[in-house]
Formats: sequence, structure tokens, C-alpha cells
Amino acid sequence: MNDTGYDYSVVRGFAFSALFWLVIGLVIGLWIAFEMFNPALNLTPWLSFGRLRVVHTNGLGVGFGLAGIFATAYYMLQRLTRTPLPFPGLAKAHLWVFNAAIAAAAVTLMAGMNTTKEYAELEWPLDVGVVIMWVMFAINVFAILIRRQEKQMYISLWYLVSMTVTIAVLYIVNNLEIPLNLYKSYSLYAGGNDANVEWWYGHNIVGFIFTVPVLAMFYYFLPKATGLPIYSHRLSIVSFWSLIFAYLWTGAHHLMLTPLPEWIQTVAIAFSIFLIAPSWGSVVNGYYTLQGNWEQMRTNYLTKFFILGITFYGLQTLQGPLQGLRTLNAFFHYTDWVVGHVHMGTMGWVTMIISASFYYMIPRITGRELYSVKLANTHFWLILVGQLAWTVTMWIGGIQQGAMWKATNPDGSLTYSFLDGLTSLYPYYQMRFVAGIVYFIGILVFTWNLIQTVRQEPSTAAEA
Amino acid sequence: MGIYSKPVVFAVISALVILVGTVVTVFVPMFMPSTQPVSAYVKPYTAIEQEGRDIYMREGCNNCHTQTVRPLRTEVLRYGEYSKAEEFAWDRPFLWGSRRTGPDLNRVGGKYPDSWHYKHMHSPQSMFEKSNMPPYGWLAKNRLDISESFRKTQILGYGYTEEQVKQQIADYKTRVTAPDYESKTTRDQVTPEALQGELTEMDAIIAYMQKLGRDVKAMEAQQ
Repeated sequence: MNDTGYDYSVVRGFAFSALFWLVIGLVIGLWIAFEMFNPALNLTPWLSFGRLRVVHTNGLGVGFGLAGIFATAYYMLQRLTRTPLPFPGLAKAHLWVFNAAIAAAAVTLMAGMNTTKEYAELEWPLDVGVVIMWVMFAINVFAILIRRQEKQMYISLWYLVSMTVTIAVLYIVNNLEIPLNLYKSYSLYAGGNDANVEWWYGHNIVGFIFTVPVLAMFYYFLPKATGLPIYSHRLSIVSFWSLIFAYLWTGAHHLMLTPLPEWIQTVAIAFSIFLIAPSWGSVVNGYYTLQGNWEQMRTNYLTKFFILGITFYGLQTLQGPLQGLRTLNAFFHYTDWVVGHVHMGTMGWVTMIISASFYYMIPRITGRELYSVKLANTHFWLILVGQLAWTVTMWIGGIQQGAMWKATNPDGSLTYSFLDGLTSLYPYYQMRFVAGIVYFIGILVFTWNLIQTVRQEPSTAAEA
Repeated sequence: MGIYSKPVVFAVISALVILVGTVVTVFVPMFMPSTQPVSAYVKPYTAIEQEGRDIYMREGCNNCHTQTVRPLRTEVLRYGEYSKAEEFAWDRPFLWGSRRTGPDLNRVGGKYPDSWHYKHMHSPQSMFEKSNMPPYGWLAKNRLDISESFRKTQILGYGYTEEQVKQQIADYKTRVTAPDYESKTTRDQVTPEALQGELTEMDAIIAYMQKLGRDVKAMEAQQ
């Protein structure tokens, strides 16, 4: 394939932006993890848990996740269409607007400008900025698809198109608000409606940022890294359409047993269970792609990232629908179990896939060999162990918490005060903090490895 | 093959596919009264309570506290009567939350005297040694900004006149600065002397705490 004219500078810019926000977001994560068992770190209002938690979620979900998605999307779009980026200047501006928006988001959230709608906490001027940034991205996406040299759109492109369209709908509808001044606004919706809109958004923003584009990476980089074609094209078609159809019905499983009308909750449960099928369609497609070549788990350092990543995706998409069932939800909701669930997806699936995609992509776009495969393996084991210790700790803590909330004495009175339940979790919070440190070291190794890679002399052997 | 080589058609079809569930479970319910019923017993927040609610949002209290009691036996035992849809008719945004690091607050109104809240906000650890709640004593050092109070109630459709808003603020100020205010001693302990005669952010957030879940009791008494 002739590479002449491909614009990789924006790919590189987004990739290193992702690494930067990943490190920052994890430092904040460790900070608030410490606050959970020792409130002494709430040093100033700006560093109090209530404000910092949203800097952590936005910093990693958007700063790291979305930057990783943009980096790989600009790469995949050019490779899969065999077309150079139509508007490289616009893409460069997109990179600057993106980083400026994340920095502004961090500062305003710490200053307490917070709409409180989860994963949509930014106040309205920044919402406008986000929409402009999204349009800048979408213009390049559609322009390159229209100009493309390759007739068929590969699976990954379907996922990227679907993400581009859906995120726009979700973000705009959920952020409709009436401004009071530059720093504050009120939601257009009230009470139950606001809750319903928010969790339709909240569930699907996770779906269309942490699932859809990460599957685009999986379907592109897994065959590239292993040299093996995707097992079944037909399965990927069925999985794609059923996934994007069913996802949008399920938001209300976040509102189980609240005053939201019961039929919306029940519909959400049904579609959540259905979602296991398309999710596992991709899992099975990934596993079967490797059939007969499982020795690659030992011989190819990238394969294990992809296979462990898709395994965590599979576990995540089993655990999620089960948590949505009323009886289980009554026990697990509002506990640390759910925190563990989310972090298996982000620390396991999303980070594993973005890591492997970067390891494949960055040496190729910079014309250098990866600095160290050994360090990449160290990174893999540290984030695997860190993540497992982290999530399993939270699951056990969540079960204990749920059980203590429910426990009653023979006379029917409650056995434990709320504080009993909370303080009994501190040892788990301390363990979680240590697991977070292990994970963080793995991420530092990852970052170091990629920085060293681009600092080397260009290698003649690498793909230009 | 078909739409896989027509990006614009593909984008339109994928947009339609995601809109089916969206319309049925989100857009249609917006026009169904049962999604957010109203009750004459559930009154809008006063200007002070709304200021307190805005501080609750600013500090991200919703990251650790929920505001929905579920219809489960132990939950009702712990917090009180389960939450009813009518209670949230004036809540923009909703503050149901998703995680209980701290207890649910939907029934906290009237549960403790103001003095309990002043002391607890100032230093949760002075009351519960092992609590992990951040101390919010600094809220008492901030004079309450009431410059936009009226506009807030306008945007939120509470239907107060400007005079009513001024009166609500004046009344609350009179109440908490009065010599015979039942929580005076505690309030004076946590409030800097210069602000003891003024309204602080702490006063407002406590007014909001005391409002939570109160109207629904009147609603249920009538049913």
C-alpha cells in the first residue's frame, strides 16, 4: 500500500494527548481513592471528593478515551479508505480545540461549575465547544468516506460512522439546558424525565465511546497485529446492527426501583438481556479469529492484549445485564460492586485495546521500531494484575456492603448502621488504592515505552 | 454490497436504527404525564432552598449521596417511606445519584435539628470519628450570593414575584440570625463573627437539607 500523502501528525498528536490525560486522570483517581479511606486529602474545595470525582471520570473517559479514539480513527480512516485526510488543517485545529476543552473542563469542574448529570457535567459554554469539536471531527469522517479509494467500507468504519452520528444525538439531547449566566444553567427536563434522559445518555455514551469505537479498533488492529482475517464477516454484520439497535433501549436499567415508570424499567431489562447476544458476537468473532493460532498468545506480544481485552468485554457484557435484573439490582445498586464493574470495562477492555492499538500504530506512523517489547510485556502484566486486584476487591466490598444494608435482626430491625457498612469497607479501599498504584506503574511503563519509541532514530526497516 | 459502499445512506440508516429505542423509551415518555406526575402538595423550592440546592450541585454531593429511597423493606426501615414520582416535579436537574458512599438524603428533611447539620457540615469527623465525608466548614465563611436568586426561580418556573423572593430571603435571614433561633449556639460556633448576622452558603445548604422529603409527608397524609 502506498502511504504517500497520509497525514499522521494528528494521529500522533492525539495519541500523546491520550497518554498525557491518562496519567493525569489516574493521578486524580489515586487521589480520590485515598480520600475514600482518609478524608485528610480534601485539602481545599478544589480538591474535595465531590468535585474531583468528575475530573477523574471526564479526564479519563474523554481526555484519555476519546483522544485514543480520535488517534486511531484518523489512522484507520486513512488506511481503510486508502485516502489521505481531506482537511488536515481542520484535524490539527480539532486536536487543539480538544486539548483546550479538556483543560478548561478540568479547571471549571474543580471550580464547581458542574451540572451534576453524570458524564455530562460540563456547563453549557463547554457543551457548545464540545459540539463544535465533534463537527470538526465529523467533517473529516464523512469527507474521507465520500472521497475514498476503497469501494467497500470495512467493519471498523461502520462502528466509527455509528459513533459519529449517535454521540451527536446523545450529547445534544441530554445537554439541553437554560443558561442562568456563563457558569450555570438548569436542565430543560424535570425529575423523572431528566433522570430518564440522563441515563439514556449515560448508558449510551459509555456504549458509543467505550464499546463501539473500541470495537472498531479491535476489528482493525486484531487482524493487523496477528496477520489473521476476522473469522466471520456475517457475524460481524449481525452483531453490529443488533448492538446499535438494542443499546438505546437499556438506559433505564440504571434507574431500577426508582420512581421512573415501571414499564420503562422492564423494557430496559429485556433489551439488556438481549444485548448479551451481539456483545458476545464480537467476543466469539475475536476468539475464532485466533483458532489454530493460539500460540500467538505466547509469541506475539500484542495478541494477548487483544484477547484479554475482548475477554473483559465479554465478562463486562454478561455482568452488566445481570446487574440490571431487579432482584440482583436491589442488592448491588449503589454499592462498590458497580464501581468494580465499570472499572473492569475501562481498565481491562478499553485500556488493553487502546494500548495494543498504539503499540501497533505508533511505530508505523513514526517509522521507528517499538523501543522495548519487554517493557510492553511488563506493562501488560502490571495493568492486568492491577485491574484484577482492583475490580475483585470492589466486588467483594460491594457484596459485603449490600449484605450489611440488608441485614436484619430476628426482631426485624436493622443490624448495621449506615456508618458500620461504610467503615467496614476501609480495608477494601486501602487494597484498592494499592491495586491502583500497581496499575498506574503499568501505565507509566506504557507511556515511557512510547516516548522512548518516538525519541529513537528512524529505522529503515519499519513501514514508511 | 449495498449500504456498505454508500457512507451517507449508511449513516442515515444507522441514525434511524438508534432512534427507535430512543423515541419509544425517552421521547414518548416526555409527553406522558405518568413519567413525571405533579401533586399540589409538592411545592417548589424557596429561593433559599434553591440556593442551597445549587451549592449541593456545585460541591458534587450527588457523587456520594442518592435521593431515592427504593421500595424495599430494609431501605424503608433505614431511610423512611420510599420515594414517589411526584416529589421530583420541580427538580431540574434530578439529583437521584448512582452511588451511596454516604446515606440517602431523600428523607433527611426534619430528621435532625439545624444544629446537627451545622456541626456535621463543619466537621463530620467530630460527630462520627471514622466518617470519610469531606468537611464543609468553609461554606459558613462564604456569604450567600443572592444576586441571581430571583432569575433562578424565573428560569425554573416557580412562579414567585420578585417581592416574594426578597421576602423569602429576608424571612430566612431573620430566622437564623434571631437571638432565639434554636440552633443559634452551634451556628455561631461555626460561622465567623463578621457573617453571623448575614446569610452564608452553609445556611442555604441546610435549608435545602431540611426541605428534602417534607412535602410528600403532607401528600401522603391526605391520601
